[in-house]
Amino acid sequence: MSAARRRLLVLLLPLLWMAVFFLAPFAIVLSIAFAEAAEGLPPYAPLLRWVDGALTLQLNFQNLALLAEDSYYLDAYLLSLRVAAISALLCLLVGYPMALAIARAPERWRVPLLLLVILPFWTSFLLRITAWIGILQDQGWLNGLLLALGVIEAPLQLLYTEFAMYLGITYCYLPFMVLPLYASLVKQDPALLDAAADLGAPPWRSFLTITLPLSLPGIVAGFLLVFIPAVGEFVIPELLGGPGAQLIGRVLWTEFFQNRDWPLASALASVLLLALVLPIALFQWRFAGERRR
Amino acid sequence: MRRASRLALPLGLGFAFLYLPILLMVLFSFNDSRMVTSFTGFSTRWYAALWNNDALTGALFLSLRIAAVSATMATILGVLAGFALARFGRFRGRPLFAAVMAAPLVMPEVITGLSLLLLFVAMEQAFGFPAGRGASTVAIAHATFGAAYVAVVVQARLSELDASLEDAALDLGARPWAVFFQVTLPLAAPAVGAGWLLAFTLSLDDLVVASFVSGPGASTLPMVIFSAVRLGLTPELYALATLLVLAVSVALLLAWWLLRPRRA
Repeated sequence: MSAARRRLLVLLLPLLWMAVFFLAPFAIVLSIAFAEAAEGLPPYAPLLRWVDGALTLQLNFQNLALLAEDSYYLDAYLLSLRVAAISALLCLLVGYPMALAIARAPERWRVPLLLLVILPFWTSFLLRITAWIGILQDQGWLNGLLLALGVIEAPLQLLYTEFAMYLGITYCYLPFMVLPLYASLVKQDPALLDAAADLGAPPWRSFLTITLPLSLPGIVAGFLLVFIPAVGEFVIPELLGGPGAQLIGRVLWTEFFQNRDWPLASALASVLLLALVLPIALFQWRFAGERRR
Repeated sequence: MRRASRLALPLGLGFAFLYLPILLMVLFSFNDSRMVTSFTGFSTRWYAALWNNDALTGALFLSLRIAAVSATMATILGVLAGFALARFGRFRGRPLFAAVMAAPLVMPEVITGLSLLLLFVAMEQAFGFPAGRGASTVAIAHATFGAAYVAVVVQARLSELDASLEDAALDLGARPWAVFFQVTLPLAAPAVGAGWLLAFTLSLDDLVVASFVSGPGASTLPMVIFSAVRLGLTPELYALATLLVLAVSVALLLAWWLLRPRRA
């Protein structure tokens, strides 16, 4: 068997699997976005129908038109983008000093410290959100503590607020920020900082002119790793956010599970998908190209 | 050393942020009171209640089964993909293949879930397979995003090891398949094990994708927890969380031990 054949054989299984279970589904979502809602299961009319003895393609643009017209959906997209961006920034603010501390720690400490960052990510995400409900609710641990300390007179409304939602997203996505930041910070040559210090640069200056710019690929990677999944986040806004936190993941969930409007849910997913594929492709093109050089 | 000590504070605060909620859950799982807020006395009755909660334990065993099956499928797919990405050099279509293998890592779960459900429905209409939805469709969905994680871990490990051992085996006349099974795979074994564990825990943890692709009668653990949380917190959930934290800590320690650098 030739080498090329063998390679193809190795690639065949993952390639086929991903084509069927990852790429094909997107094509189907895109097509169902043009279907018409109908009674029955599945609750949509087929796109190809026999009309007067001829197979005709029936495209329904009303779902997409609704997304463009009804400001409810546009607002949900914009809110999702804003929440995801602010959350990614919060993760960066909390995660950067952590990643820097781990990267500058003695070598034998680095892996255990990294494992400590990852460990919560491996325990049930849903149950960790549950812990925050226990902390933030009116009769919760935080209100109890503040009342006992005499800081407040009456319990604060903490749960079901924007604050709780940002806290939850930052909490859950922090490892996705720390890992790429660490990976880029640990590669930096410490001699650069020594040279800067020898030349009289104060630490803040060498941080701003050396460490920070050199870690830019890590910052971008971490930002995208938090931002992209957070845009479609459903669980955290649902359990911690207020009724006003209608992010796109939540809107899609409601359209699908409560209203059983599969075509509209597909249209929502298609628009979100296209809005996200572009930055992923850009990132791949920009940084994958750089790494290869 | 002043630099290091200045960074210790944010690191400590970061870890407090990550672990305080978990510690509170562990503590309150041993609380005697039904209230999840004030500690009244030590008790293990929530663990007994958890054991007798058939909905939760049934869902746990279903989720464990799905996780084991999907992690194994994900490992087979991910090892092949990771091997190809690490060892085949630059082949035609590599950037696209790499992108498709990496995309599930960041894809919002609502998109993955909805699109896979529509695929399963379309497949059932066209071929009659899969007939209905349940544990098997959830396992297929989990294997798909699990494979992406396994591929990353395996590729990283194989890129660290240089290919000289494999080249030597080939030079000595070993057949390529024998080299893969007798040289490459044993070398990558720690990453393969870690990848399997990662896929396993991701499957065990998934709510959104499973909610879309599962069917009646196949409620996974996160689905049962989610509906329980919406009705209100109970210390039983904290007991469950404590057991999961314990299991994951042991598994992660094991993975760390497997992946630790060895001087040969």
